[in-house]
Amino acid sequence: MLEIRELHAFYGGAHVLHGLTCSIGNGATAVVGRNGMGKTTLCKALMGIAPPRAHGSARFAGHELIGRAPYEICRQGIGYVPQGRRLFRSLTTDEHLRMIDQRLVQRGRWTIDAVYQLFPALAQRRHISGVRLSGGEQQMLAIGRALLTNPSLLIMDEPSEGLAPTVVETLVETCRTLVAEGVSLLLVEQNLAVATALADRILIVLGGEIVHETSAETLMADQSAQRRYLGVEPVGSAGASSPSAAAAPRAI
Amino acid sequence: METRGGRRSTEGEGAPERGGAWARWRGRAWARWRGLLSRGQLAVGRSASVAGALAVLSAAWVFYQVFDAGLGESGNVPNFIIITLNALSLAGLFFLAASGLTLIFGLMRVVNMAHGSLYLLGGYIAWSLTSSLGVNWWVAVIVATLAAGVFGLAMEELFLRWNLGQDLRQALITIALSVILADQMLNVFGGTAQQVSPPDLLAGPVGLGIYDLSYPAFRLFVVGVALAVGIALWFWIQRTRFGMVVRAGIDDGAMTSALGVNVRAVFAVAFFVGSCLAGLGGAFGGTVLSLAPGQDQVFLVSSIVVVIIGGMGSLAGAAIGALLLAFVEQYSAVYLPSGFGPYSMVVTFVLVAAVLALKPTGLFGRPA
Repeated sequence: MLEIRELHAFYGGAHVLHGLTCSIGNGATAVVGRNGMGKTTLCKALMGIAPPRAHGSARFAGHELIGRAPYEICRQGIGYVPQGRRLFRSLTTDEHLRMIDQRLVQRGRWTIDAVYQLFPALAQRRHISGVRLSGGEQQMLAIGRALLTNPSLLIMDEPSEGLAPTVVETLVETCRTLVAEGVSLLLVEQNLAVATALADRILIVLGGEIVHETSAETLMADQSAQRRYLGVEPVGSAGASSPSAAAAPRAI
Repeated sequence: METRGGRRSTEGEGAPERGGAWARWRGRAWARWRGLLSRGQLAVGRSASVAGALAVLSAAWVFYQVFDAGLGESGNVPNFIIITLNALSLAGLFFLAASGLTLIFGLMRVVNMAHGSLYLLGGYIAWSLTSSLGVNWWVAVIVATLAAGVFGLAMEELFLRWNLGQDLRQALITIALSVILADQMLNVFGGTAQQVSPPDLLAGPVGLGIYDLSYPAFRLFVVGVALAVGIALWFWIQRTRFGMVVRAGIDDGAMTSALGVNVRAVFAVAFFVGSCLAGLGGAFGGTVLSLAPGQDQVFLVSSIVVVIIGGMGSLAGAAIGALLLAFVEQYSAVYLPSGFGPYSMVVTFVLVAAVLALKPTGLFGRPA
């Protein structure tokens, strides 16, 4: 679905992605890695958002993405849920959804009503400024507006960041629903529990390259890999009663 | 910081326990004031008081001048009414010119230093159409508006879009364009002041119904048009899908683009509309005032002043700023103590300084 070949990205003189190569298929794929390894840079490069400056190749359904503007990439069928949500502070909840181009809304099954059906909490707060929603509601809105462009692939950058454990659980459920509806996910996560709960296929990024590809189950079992690549206390070990455990994989 | 203020307030409340509500209130107010001082908000507090005192004093002075000689025919009230209407119509012109500037700035962070040139160009186009070609005034205004819009759009497409986000370059480019345009307009339209003659329908005066006063109908029409344009712009920005996209683009351009919106195209449309407003302002300004070399800079400066007072990028701010500037300019020209009349220009800058001291982003502005 998405073939990334030799993708390089730079912030000024800083070389962040070093020839990243991978392919992303249907269903959910998670990219995990420590801070500063280039996860967010990868998302931005794929969406055509500058900075970073990107070169290399990323072909989506046969179309080259690198060098295109973000709106063209969106129209190709890639939705973007950015890190930190990036809602518009002058728009209400409803306006966030109504601003999406009708041509994009009409090309698939996601309409404003369908989004409100998926997130009933948003429907009740439709006239409230987007930035005054709670963290979880903001994340729903960020997902909802991306869904309205009717993407076949949704890029989600750290969706669980800053959310309470129970909200993360709902989020994971929502994402599963989306995958079941046929939307592919490219999930970039630091929260290993969320990543493994959603995606079977896990790509590990280190120093701007994909260094390891594994499955969620293998990674969960391989605590030394978790420590080596992610520098985290392994999920599922005795000490893991952190918030991430609330969304514990496979336990749901 | 909070704890310090809190402690002071308990001190203040402790003493006048028996003094009743007034003393308690006084104690609390004093504590709040002390808290304000200790939190380093003194600077804001002091400039607010100075600005407030200035405003009250000037209003009192104007009031005294107006009503000193009574309400009769021989008093100053009839004159005051005319001056107020002058200020209103001038505010209308300022708003027409400045709303375009603030729209362009709010969206693209471009301070278009050629905005005054677009104003003058619109005026001259309306003038040459009506005077040399005998075109109907209404048609001429529409043509002048669109021509200024197209000219501004071409300017944006040819020179500015390659420098998006580079403030200094854009300012220098637009200054260069304004200099070139000023010379070309001097060459084509000459150096003598010209005036567009108003349409027959609005050429005469209308009676005001008090003190046997009458006032040029066209100037009242300017106020109406400025109001209509303000309401239309507000509706466009706040209520239409395009307006939502514009606001989203102001907030976060890259994210707006990632939602499938061609932000560049949206910006081009906004630049076109902003330039149209400059041309419309010029056509009206040429009818109310006059067109001459230098008027471009005059209206550029007043538009920038209006936008600074009101807050860059805010439509309501442009309206308030236009009113404040026009009223201060008109009243200070007439009501400054005799001999100080020529200093009325200084008063406008006192206004700007006072507003900036109160709120550095302008009255309705928010930090960029």
